[in-house]
Amino acid sequence: MTEATSAAKAPIAPETSAPGTAGPSGPPPGLGARILARPELMIFGSLVIIVAIFIAMNPTAFLSPINLRNIAVEASMMIILAVGMTYVIITGGIDLSVGAILVFSSVCSLLAMRWVGSDTAIAPVVGLAVSLGSAAVWGVVNGLFIARTKLNPLIVTLATMGIAMGAARLLSGGVDLTGVPKVLIDEVGIGRVHGVPVLVIIAAVFAIVAGVVLHRTRFGLYTYAIGSNEQGARRAGLSVDRHLVMVYVISAVCAGLAGYFSLSRFASTTIAGHGTDNLKAITAVVLGGTSLFGGSGTLFGTTAGVFIPVVLAAGLVIIGLPSFWQEVAVGIVLLIAILLDQMRRKSGSR
Amino acid sequence: MTAPILEARGITKSYGHVRSLQGADISVDRGEVVALIGDNGAGKSTLTKILSGALKPDGGEIRVDGVPVTFDSPVAARRHGIETVYQDLSLALDLNPIQNLFLGRELPAKGLLGRLGFLDRAAMRQAGEEAFRSLSVRIPDMRGAVANFSGGQRQGVAVARALMWAKRLVFMDEPTAALGVAQTRNVLDLIRRVRDSGVSVVLISHSMPDVLAVSDRIVVLRHGRRVATFDAKRVTSDELVGAMTGTLELSGAA
Ligand SMILES: Nc1ncnc2c1ncn2[C@@H]1O[C@H](COP(=O)(O)OP(=O)(O)OP(=O)(O)O)[C@@H](O)[C@H]1O
Ligand SMILES: [Mg+2]
Repeated sequence: MTEATSAAKAPIAPETSAPGTAGPSGPPPGLGARILARPELMIFGSLVIIVAIFIAMNPTAFLSPINLRNIAVEASMMIILAVGMTYVIITGGIDLSVGAILVFSSVCSLLAMRWVGSDTAIAPVVGLAVSLGSAAVWGVVNGLFIARTKLNPLIVTLATMGIAMGAARLLSGGVDLTGVPKVLIDEVGIGRVHGVPVLVIIAAVFAIVAGVVLHRTRFGLYTYAIGSNEQGARRAGLSVDRHLVMVYVISAVCAGLAGYFSLSRFASTTIAGHGTDNLKAITAVVLGGTSLFGGSGTLFGTTAGVFIPVVLAAGLVIIGLPSFWQEVAVGIVLLIAILLDQMRRKSGSR
Repeated sequence: MTAPILEARGITKSYGHVRSLQGADISVDRGEVVALIGDNGAGKSTLTKILSGALKPDGGEIRVDGVPVTFDSPVAARRHGIETVYQDLSLALDLNPIQNLFLGRELPAKGLLGRLGFLDRAAMRQAGEEAFRSLSVRIPDMRGAVANFSGGQRQGVAVARALMWAKRLVFMDEPTAALGVAQTRNVLDLIRRVRDSGVSVVLISHSMPDVLAVSDRIVVLRHGRRVATFDAKRVTSDELVGAMTGTLELSGAA
């Protein structure tokens, strides 16, 4: 690549005015520009409006504990996948393999728990370790291929998706396995603390920690820097390859955790149930304002992006509309979200 | 006489069949402004990247203070006090100017938080604003993404980043391209100030008046080779153009 780009020939900032003369920093940006710059606020606003509409139409049903719990548990499972996906997409990558890794790690986890004895005390711990560990292996594979060979993340993770899914079916014999420790189901899968599902509490803590790491630590900063300008990040001395591997490992470990929770919730593997999890996670992340071009996004936005499809699905049923409208609505919002993303990129003249 | 702070000999670099550098030489003394000039494609940026550690040469020797070194990454060059304003600026456009200034060199928060990877954002902001102020680089919005800056403002961030960290040598790859007269003069002033503080500068520019105004020595690159070195006090614009295009060499040989 030659460097004779238009950006390189741009005028320079060091201005003639004396230091200290603060000077006006231009007119304040208009509302449109500000919303463009903070897409996560827009999606959060949409979520609030959707919730308000459902509450107005049928407050008792929508606000019933069972409905709220259902929404929260559904969102919890998805948010764990979406957390990892947010990191990946901020680096400018994509991870199609999360659903398959979820299934693979849950199969491995369950086989391990059955091997040590489902009713032994250590079974849940072994299961968690195997779940996270077997998932992490796929993350390392994804990350090494993407960072080292410069292969397209879409294709790499498409390939590992197929391999992981096939391997899961081979290991399980193609049928769903049972034998999840009862304590795991009771304490985690359907457990509650003060009426709040344990899964929801864990997912909330997980998302908050991931958000703090992304927005406040060096690791998070480097994630944005690599997505903004990978070559620039290398020149600034960042270990880009190592960071990319870590990000894909995070995504895979998130899938492993979701796989473990899936076992605890459904008391068996759910091999056929995660075929579109990858797309759902990507949808949530993009709805939440994370740019598919990399370099920008928030976990707050992702959280809102996770809730929109879940709330729509639950709410539409409550107000008596076919829940298929949820897919239509989510598709439309998704299109709007990527259109805005595109506009934002153009206005920033990258 | 002390050894040059940076000296490169016989640097070669090819991209496939394109031989960008075919044995290029350059040396920079302490507190010296060296202009590196040449036509488009002469290899100026390639040489700069190699001497900044951003690119590995195919061959040749690099010495710092007379000692042979290999720069296997920009970090290695930085350890010798060498900083670079790349022609493409090399900024992370989604980050703000302060984050760009400190990228790869963040100040950790104090104590345990710092070891957990948290950053001292207040300290970086203070130091960053101070750096921009002392370099007369005006920044429209310290918290805004650099993507929203004008091309000139972005260039200001890149120049400030290099000058802020440079201990011994700064490469500036066309930092005054397409500038107005006044803005260019400000950058040239900055270069003189940096030089006076003991830091050497390698300036790449296509503007002969700028080159003549600020540099002590002028190195001409053509087809990936150094073809001439001039004392800036005793050379004319015509001679420089002649050396760049090759006509001078021909007439000199005749
Ligand atoms: N990444 C690359 N891949 C292939 N060829 C390259 C690459 N970088 C540079 N070149 C080639 O190397 C030669 C020297 O390029 P270089 O960018 O160093 O020139 P330059 O002197 O900086 O030119 P300019 O004044 O236009 O900036 C050119 O012929 C260019 O096409
Ligand atoms: Mg160049």
